Amino acid sequence: MDSSSHDVLLVGGGGAGLRAAIAVAEVNPKLSVAVVSKVYPMRSHTVSAEGGAAGVARPDDSLDEHAYDTISGGDWLCDQDAVEAFVKEAREELLQMEHWGCPWSREPDGRIAVRPFGGMKKERTWFAADKTGFHMLHTLFQTSLKYNAITRYDEWFVTKLLVDDGRVQGVVAIELMSGKIQAITSKAVIVCTGGCGKVFPFTTNANIKNGDGMALAYRAGCPLKDMEFVQYHPTGLPFTGILITEAARAEGGYMLNKDGYRYLQDYDLGKPQPGPVLRTMELGPRDRLSQAFVKENEKGRTIEGPYGPVVHLDLRHLGAKLINTKLPFVRELCLKYQNIDPIKELIPVRPVVHYMMGGVHTNMNGATPIKGLYAAGEVACVSINGANRLGSNSLPELLVFGARAGKSAAAFASDQRPAGSAALTQAMDEQRRLEEQFLRKAGGRERVATIREEMQKAVESGAGIYRTAKTLQESANKLQELQERFPNIALDDHSRTFNTELTSALELSFMLDVATSIVQCALHRKESRGAHQRTDFPGRNDTEYLAHSLVTRKEDGSSQLKYLPVTITRWPPGQRVYGR
Amino acid sequence: MTEKPVYTEFHPRWYRTRVSTYWWLDRTPYVKFILRELSSIFVAFFVVITLLQIRALGQGPQAYPAFQQRLQAPIMVILNILSLLFVLFHTITWFNLTPKAIVLRVRGRRLPDLLIAAPNYVAWLVVSGVIAWIVTGG
Amino acid sequence: MADKITLEVARYDPERHTEPTFEKYEVPFRKDWVILDALNYIKDRLDGSLSYRWSCRTGICGSCGMMVDGEPKLTCATFLSSYAPGPVRVEALRNFPIVRDLVIEMTDFMVKLKKVKPWIVRENEKPISQGEYLQTPEQLENYKQFSMCINCLLCYAACPVYGLDNLFTGPAAIALAQRYNLDSRDVGARERREILSDHEGIWGCTFVGECTEVCPKHVDPAGAIQQYKVDAAIDWFKSFLLPRGAK
Ligand SMILES: Cc1cc2nc3c(=O)[nH]c(=O)nc-3n(C[C@H](O)[C@H](O)[C@H](O)COP(=O)(O)OP(=O)(O)OC[C@H]3O[C@@H](n4cnc5c(N)ncnc54)[C@H](O)[C@@H]3O)c2cc1C
Ligand code: SF4
Ligand code: FES
Repeated sequence: MDSSSHDVLLVGGGGAGLRAAIAVAEVNPKLSVAVVSKVYPMRSHTVSAEGGAAGVARPDDSLDEHAYDTISGGDWLCDQDAVEAFVKEAREELLQMEHWGCPWSREPDGRIAVRPFGGMKKERTWFAADKTGFHMLHTLFQTSLKYNAITRYDEWFVTKLLVDDGRVQGVVAIELMSGKIQAITSKAVIVCTGGCGKVFPFTTNANIKNGDGMALAYRAGCPLKDMEFVQYHPTGLPFTGILITEAARAEGGYMLNKDGYRYLQDYDLGKPQPGPVLRTMELGPRDRLSQAFVKENEKGRTIEGPYGPVVHLDLRHLGAKLINTKLPFVRELCLKYQNIDPIKELIPVRPVVHYMMGGVHTNMNGATPIKGLYAAGEVACVSINGANRLGSNSLPELLVFGARAGKSAAAFASDQRPAGSAALTQAMDEQRRLEEQFLRKAGGRERVATIREEMQKAVESGAGIYRTAKTLQESANKLQELQERFPNIALDDHSRTFNTELTSALELSFMLDVATSIVQCALHRKESRGAHQRTDFPGRNDTEYLAHSLVTRKEDGSSQLKYLPVTITRWPPGQRVYGR
Repeated sequence: MTEKPVYTEFHPRWYRTRVSTYWWLDRTPYVKFILRELSSIFVAFFVVITLLQIRALGQGPQAYPAFQQRLQAPIMVILNILSLLFVLFHTITWFNLTPKAIVLRVRGRRLPDLLIAAPNYVAWLVVSGVIAWIVTGG
Repeated sequence: MADKITLEVARYDPERHTEPTFEKYEVPFRKDWVILDALNYIKDRLDGSLSYRWSCRTGICGSCGMMVDGEPKLTCATFLSSYAPGPVRVEALRNFPIVRDLVIEMTDFMVKLKKVKPWIVRENEKPISQGEYLQTPEQLENYKQFSMCINCLLCYAACPVYGLDNLFTGPAAIALAQRYNLDSRDVGARERREILSDHEGIWGCTFVGECTEVCPKHVDPAGAIQQYKVDAAIDWFKSFLLPRGAK
């Protein structure tokens, strides 16, 4: 078996991974850094973020206000020491991006421009037109090219973390181009694999967001934190999950049910007016709108589309002129990717999964409980997002905690011995497993797509917008059944070269683990907080649950739950009032 | 190399598409591309003629009419017309290209391509007019 | 409207085939489906062994470029309905070696991208504590267009010069070099020019213009190349007229 070795290894080349790689290269240029990514780094999902990145920029704003918005938005489940570090460094990191060439939008005098954003009480969201994530990712990637210490493994798929003697010693990965399975050893590993939206049937997330890193860490014995907190966005296109921004409603769009009735008036969101009114009807808070959709569906008043129930977003009465001047991007997305013209047609929408608050349990330096293992980005849970992430906080999170993880991994790696032979033995076992279970396996009856669809349906129906003990238990049982059926999977493709059926099978097995941990955490948290809404426990319960859920995998594959208190520094829990 | 390489495990073998000889007939821009490549022959021809012309001039008063005589051969006329067409084609390509190469802004707004290309054509017409005037003995 | 459409998809597995062949698949014909949705349908229900790249499905990650009926397209932004009643031909991007089915080998581009130094070059760095480099909206506008490149490589597939001689740096890499040259924060133009001024760098281009035509993000790489040529020519003249120490 071939192997190669480095000092610090990054799994993932998105925003978090690249920022961490540059941090390692800058702190200690003598260290060799590997970036292992299943897609070319500039294809990573960070590329899709549109809105912007939050960081205090103006004299009328302050770090404390940014911290408070973040903490109250997260329903007091954020660790406040981490939030304080985050808001302070967010600004520095965004400036660093500026120095690396990020084309931030500007004021006429040349200063960085900032815009308002949902949940942020001051204007502090930096943006690069409507393609912030795209510009950040390409700036980071292109800048990373100048560091010779960084070696890239583009289109290598990581299947396992090597842990021996309580310390992480590298990974096993498949080179997609050739099919070669190889051990890449290292003294420290930083997992930056992004979120897991694809566990759900309707999501804004790209095809590559399968929670790989969460499952890798979980299988290596590392706890996952707050996995029950999954953020929904109320208006996504069904099937593609393309996001229709809040602006469409702010300009006066209506939400209609199958009778063409503005149903939000039935959900304590005010009375319908012809024009938009702040904080009423269509401009109510995101979670309330998503919840109203579920209720409306239960009453049988949604529209049955080819991809399940939808309601309609109606912009037609706004007229071509307003749509073209104020909402050109909404129209472009509908026309270009869904073949719908909002000037003439109703837009079918439904709530879609958008972001994962939970993830690999880390401290403020990105370190996990396992020696040498770090995590940063959407895959990690520090936690600054608590029970609900604020829009535009996650791009700066990638930078701040990417850099922090990079620096601490570099320091750790500087005085470690290289990987031992036990790691290589483990790698050989992993190679055997991949060959026996997938590549050389004959027979099997299950299709990857079938199990995937059944899993997505089970997670949505049990751990969707509203949860109860009953629905969650049903999902848990279904997931157990799917876990048992998975080994019986059949691949059409036994080729070594760029076998994407193999990778989708591996992704499916990662997703099954992640789905199970979401359902387990949700089942145990008997309260409603932020994105986690239990109809059987409607209120927030600070006496028992002002704590993070930690789920760990036991030897026999079952899971074990523990709670860890939230760190409170200066902001005692209060009521979460919606304002925008 | 006529032998086909054999696939061995883990050593990817890439397929390189054989390009057909007539690929450039697919699309007009490709035809234009090949025509421009081809035109080099005619442009070279133009240069040679001009050089011969200068030589003939240098050789004295008898040589020049003889040279003119040779130029009147039908094949020469055809070649000259073809060369002219190709040179015109190049000129137009280059004129239309200036707006791409030179970005001019007036009060922050990019000038439309037409406005940048147009002066080329105007200058061309003026110069051609002047030459025609001189040649026709104005 | 028919409810099915046929896709003819190029299949090639280096372990078994010596050259690509076309295989036919019937897929549902839906108004809101793009070519990529049809490929996903094939992979999920008809033949799991079909290989291709994709991720975002919103035309921003740059993974899904292929030849659709002979033209380079982002398959996530190309509707099936534009090709009704079919059949539609889907092949790997032209001008690149084919790894498998619809997957191309793109290391060549990655090497060229690094070669043009696509990062900010400065003589001295200002500390972060002193804040941002000021850049007016006009200065931003100067290079903004060239910064929109998603590296989808459609332009390379459309470029006959690259097809005939792949030493040519090619449209996207030159556009990205120009993106940094025009950035008011950058002083690396001269370094980059030295790399690009050799014969294969920029002079291979004879202004076919197809790269700009096919670019899904309106980057206008053809424009970038022409600008580069003018700059290089001016530079050359300067060095010719002012031989000593003139910059
Ligand atoms: C539509 C949309 C809009 C958004 N808008 C905003 C916004 O406006 N503001 C904001 O702050 N946030 C926004 N977000 C959230 C934000 O974009 C993401 O949280 C963030 O980009 C995640 O970055 P990351 O670096 O953690 O992971 P990613 O960018 O997803 O990168 C993951 C990397 O891991 C690699 N990888 C994964 N698995 C493996 C494996 N098994 N082996 C090898 N490599 C692997 C991948 O190849 C990839 O390189 C948005 C999200 C979406 C979906
Ligand atoms: S220049 Fe346009 S066509 Fe070429 S790679 Fe960039 S985005 Fe794609
Ligand atoms: S899938 Fe991302 S560009 Fe088409």
